[in-house]
This record gives sequence, C-alpha cells and structure tokens, in this order.
Amino acid sequence: MTSSWLDLQVVWMAINIFLFLWFYFFYDLGDQFFYTRHILGSALAWARAPAAVLNFNCLLILLPVCRNLLSLIRGSFMCCGRTMRKQLDKNISFHKLVAYMIGLMTAVHTIAHFLNVEWYYNSRLGKYDDLSMALSSLDDSGNTTFLNPIRSTTTTPTLLVFTSVAGITGVIITLSLILIITSSMEVIRRSYFEVFWFTHHLFIVFFAGLVIHGAGRIVRSQTTTNPLHNATFCKDRIDDWGKIQECPVPQFAGGFPQTWMWVIGPMILYVCERLLRFIRYMQTVKYRKIVIRPSKVLELQLVKNGFKMDVGQYVFLNCPAISQLEWHPFTMTSAPEEDFFSVHIRSVGDWTQKLISIVEQLPEGAEGPKMGVDGPFGTASEDVFDYEVAMLVGAGIGVTPFASILKSIWYKFKDSNPKLRTRKIYFYWLCRETHAFEWFADLLQLLEREMEERGMGSFLTYKLYLTGWDQSHANHVMVHADADTDVVTGLKQKTNYGRPNWDKEFEQVRKENPTSVVGTFLCGPAVLATVLSKKCVKYTDVDPRKTKFYFNKENF
Amino acid sequence: NGKIEWAMWANEQALAAGLILLTGGIVGVAGQFRDREFAAYSIAAGVFVCLLEYPRGKRNKGTSVERTGQYCFTVCVKSFGPLTRNYYVRAFLHAAICVPGGFILAAVLGCVCLGIASLIYLAAAIRGEQWEPILPWKESARKPVGESIKLPPQNPPPRPPAEMRRKRAEDLEAAAYVNPIAVTANDD
Repeated sequence: MTSSWLDLQVVWMAINIFLFLWFYFFYDLGDQFFYTRHILGSALAWARAPAAVLNFNCLLILLPVCRNLLSLIRGSFMCCGRTMRKQLDKNISFHKLVAYMIGLMTAVHTIAHFLNVEWYYNSRLGKYDDLSMALSSLDDSGNTTFLNPIRSTTTTPTLLVFTSVAGITGVIITLSLILIITSSMEVIRRSYFEVFWFTHHLFIVFFAGLVIHGAGRIVRSQTTTNPLHNATFCKDRIDDWGKIQECPVPQFAGGFPQTWMWVIGPMILYVCERLLRFIRYMQTVKYRKIVIRPSKVLELQLVKNGFKMDVGQYVFLNCPAISQLEWHPFTMTSAPEEDFFSVHIRSVGDWTQKLISIVEQLPEGAEGPKMGVDGPFGTASEDVFDYEVAMLVGAGIGVTPFASILKSIWYKFKDSNPKLRTRKIYFYWLCRETHAFEWFADLLQLLEREMEERGMGSFLTYKLYLTGWDQSHANHVMVHADADTDVVTGLKQKTNYGRPNWDKEFEQVRKENPTSVVGTFLCGPAVLATVLSKKCVKYTDVDPRKTKFYFNKENF
Repeated sequence: NGKIEWAMWANEQALAAGLILLTGGIVGVAGQFRDREFAAYSIAAGVFVCLLEYPRGKRNKGTSVERTGQYCFTVCVKSFGPLTRNYYVRAFLHAAICVPGGFILAAVLGCVCLGIASLIYLAAAIRGEQWEPILPWKESARKPVGESIKLPPQNPPPRPPAEMRRKRAEDLEAAAYVNPIAVTANDD
C-alpha cells in the first residue's frame, strides 16, 4: 500500500467523521429541532447525520470512474509529481470504498427513519405525552403548519412510506442500491459481466430518486415567528399557545432539499465522460500489423489519429464482434517513439480466447475485427529515464510494460535524447516459465543484436530467472550445456534456475558502478517490492560519493 | 463461461435479503413497533434464509468459490436432498416467506429483496440449474511433484536410436569423425 493511497483514505474518512458529527449535533442540539426531537428523540439526528455523509459520498462515487477526465487532470498535474497521479490511479478501489460507505450509511439512515416513522405514528395516535399530542395535531391549515408528516389517524407507517415522495423514492433507490451491490460481488462480476454491467446502470435510477428524495420536505424544524415562540418556556404551556404573547402557535417548515447541490456536478461530469468514451470509441482504429507470436500470443499494432502514449501506460480495448459491452485493459508494449501502438494479448479468458480465434481464422491480408480503443491510461513511468544506472525487475506478466520501457530507452539512446540520463541498464526477468513470453525474449535478442552492432554491448545486461524449473528442464540443460545460447529461449546470456540471489546482484551492480545513482524499478508482486527496497537501503553507501540505490515504488 | 448461471446471483440476492429481513426484524422488535409479531417473524425468516443461502452451490463451469466456513452449512443443506437441490422449490419457498414481511415497514425492504431473489431463482430453475454441494478437494487436485524425481530413470538419456549411432561401413565419410583435440604421436 503506497502512502499516498493511505493518505487519501485517511482524508476521506476524516471528512466523513466530521460530516457525521457536525450534522449529528446540528440536529441533536439545534433549538429549531427542539419540538421535533420531542417526538423523535435522537433518531432524528441518527437519520440526518448519515444523510450528510451520503450526500458527500454520492458526490464522490461517480468521480473515480471518469477515467478519461482523470487522465486529463493527470496531464495537467504532471509537474506536481507522482503522488497526485498515483492517487488517481487507484480509482476502482476508491469507488468500492465509497460504495461500502454508501451502503453502510443507507442502512443507518433507513433504520433511523423506520424508527422516526413509527414514533410519528404513535405520536399521532396520542400514545405519548400531551406535548407530543399537541404538536402532532398541528395541521397545514389556516395559520398553522404541521410538524408531524402523518396527518391522518387511519394510516399505517407502511402506507405513509408508499404515499410520500420520500418514502417511495427511498424504497426504490435502496432497492436499486441493493441490486447493484449483489450483482457487483466478485463472483458475479468476474463471471457474468453482462449481469454486473446492466444491473449497475440502476445507478441512473438511484441518482434520479436521490435528487427528488427530499422534495417532500418532511423533516421539519421550527421557524422563527414574530413574536418569537420560545420552546423551553412554552413547552409546558400548551393550552396557552396562541393565547399569550410569549407563545404564539409554533410554525414549522421543512428544509430545502440539498442533495442535488452535492451531486449535480459529478452527474454532469459523468455524462461528459460517457460522451467522451463514445466519441473515442467511434474514432477509427486501423490495423498496421497483426502477428501471431509463439504460444498463441497475439500482437496487434494499431494506429489511431491523435493517439499519444507514454511508457508503461495501458489502453482499454473493445471488440463489438465479441461483446458490445466489455472493455478490457492491456498494457502497451510499444514505445512512444514508434508511429503506432501495440499490445500483446495472451489467452487468459473468454474474450481474449475469442479474439485470438477470430484473428487466426482471418484470411491472408484481411483487416482485423473492428476495435474500439479508450485511453491511454496509467501513470507515465517517466522517472525511469532519470537514472544513470537503472535496475529493472519484471516478474511474470509484470514484464509487459518493460517492453515499452526498454524500447523507448533504446530509441532515446540512439537519438541522443537529452531526456535520457541512463547509461547502463540491468534487467532482471523472473517468471515460472517463459511460455507465452517468447515474444519478449525475441525483443531482448533483437535489442542485444542492435546494441552489439553499434559496439554498445554493455549498455544492457539482462538475466532470466526461471523460478518454476523442474527436473526435466535441468536434464535438458545438462545435455546441451555447451551450446552458446540458452536452449530455453535462445538468449545469449544463460538462463538461471530458481530465484535471484539479490545480495549477489546488488553487489555486482555496486562493483560495476562505484559512484552512480541507481534507480530500481519493479513490476511484480508486493513481497518482492519489500525485498528490493530493503536491499536498496542495505547497499546504499553512507558516503555520498559512492553508489546509491533508490527504490521506486512505482506500480506500473 | 459468460453463460450466466442465474443461481449465483439469486444466491447473493437472497443472502442479502435474509440479512435485511433479520435487521428489519430486530429493529421492529427492539423498537417495540406495533405489529411486532411480524417483526419477530421477520427475524426468524431472516435467519432461516441466511442459513439456507450461506453455502454457495457448485458452478457448472469454472471454479466455485466457497464462502468462509461454509462446509458445515453445505452438509446441512445437502441433507435435504431434492428440497434444496431444486430451484423451483427455492423460488416458491422464498416467494412464500417474503409475503408476511410486507406487513410491517421495517421488513418491507427485506420482503421485496427476497421476492426479487425468488424471481431470479425461478429463471435459474427454468434454465435447468441445480444446487450442487461444494465438497472438499481431493489431494490429487494439487499438481503432483514430478514423478521422475521419485523413480529411477525409465528411459535412457536423450540421444538418437542405436542404429543411427552405429558407424556404417557403407558410408565411410559419415563414419569418420573429427577429433576434438589434435592427435599427435607420442613424442617421448
């Protein structure tokens, strides 16, 4: 967990707590609610405090899913450093967190209002004291205004709910919320995307109902009359109301509905977001090249007008021929210097499988299936160019963004791009087996050849670690140990079996670069991040003239 | 997959409904609402539905994910045989259970949620889905350690068959081989 993500959660929770307490005490202590509280007790505050938290969170919930808008914001914050940008990347996690809060607060709000309705009902039927009776009898006629929204003595709490705007909208939006939540459970979301996606659109019903939920203004407070009606004084003089000067008949009014003020902004932003996605979807995407790589990996090289990317970013792809609704993210494997962008797609699920089979069945030279592209998204991993010496560690599928990074570094080096400070790269590739990553091995070989041609063979040092080796692999190696290239992937430098000995690796880097600043970048599991950051600390010399290791918690 | 197993969603919805019925019932009883008999019923109904729906059924395609500690519930539910296996039964059961909940405000939400779950179960039943228990993994499901480590080698090391290795008198050219190290006469 990066500290900026933690910061966001802390700030968010602090605001929630503040809102809850502020509004709780506003309703529990405010004089204008004295009479209301006489009937409802603290259930009033217990209903209104969550309402405030709900307003805040309903405002927030739409924002993290506006990925295009977030990209735009991120663009303008480039100069402000990575922290802000990383926050914006945790979008779905934040969306879920806010959703849980909405669920929880809805529960508290609903329960408190159930109690309120019941108390109002009892009060109307005279089950409480005289003051309650008197207050509940106040009607909306002549020169009186009602406090108790239950005007009839023959209704029931359930009937009230279904004959009031607040009640009907409350039930409808709570139901929508429950259906959204049950269909968003991981089991459903991952397996039956259509159910999840269609049901989630109930959020439109949710927001529509939410905005008119308070229109009935049934939560009432005492208004200022002339002359004033002092509740503390007049509460024991019910019979004198309207007869003595100090106690005119108390007047009540409901609060102006405020929810729309909180949510109208995000609602407009979200509409813009969907519009933007649709526009991008309609933009033509042409295929420059389609290649089927070893192990059925599909490489798509695409071209789209005005598309600009940075290293390590990803795009969402949509293929109407497979599914109208599904958008799937893929890290780009091309460098920004190239005049196209590419993705390498492995068969990992239904959608990817179908795409690969469609492409395999394409006749020679035919155009690929229509594709919609949204993006690019993700933090641009620009820091990687700032270090004289870079240690890049890619584990498993985490190796994919490094295709983009390594290519970009090489392009920049060839063009003597001043942005590039890197003079030496150590690349560590960890995987259980190289199956489905032969294309990456080919890329490494290609870069290696190009570098040797220019006499820069020492620019890139790479090692492959097969962490899932078994006896048959070892047998194979023993028979062919004399071959110059490694048999598994054909890489010049030998494949190593098992996990890297990081102490040895860091020692080697330090020995070969006694005075440099080394940046370490990882795309892989969090455990490895802990290991590497510890090694960076361990091998950084106290002497500022000697080697320094910096671990970048960049999550590609 | 992508083919919807409606029962999976019906199950989530029904479990949620059970919890909502339970909560509504507790509020009704604790708040001493009028008609609190219905609230008490709501508690009982909520608990029953939760117990019935807690154990997830086995999926037709794909991996089934168990809920924490659901094994004992699975055994319980399994013991009712066709009553719990058949989704038509569940659909009608939930429809019947939810009705009394509609009588008090505190249980109305739970009632409607359970009604919706009932409809989804009906859809599942029409599509022929059934509840199958998720039973514990057998040890063989784990990828076995390479057998070759345990047994002595069954096959000789990889090399071409003997006939190909044998030097052929008919083909002297191919039969000759180059010495890896230069062969010199013994000088001393």
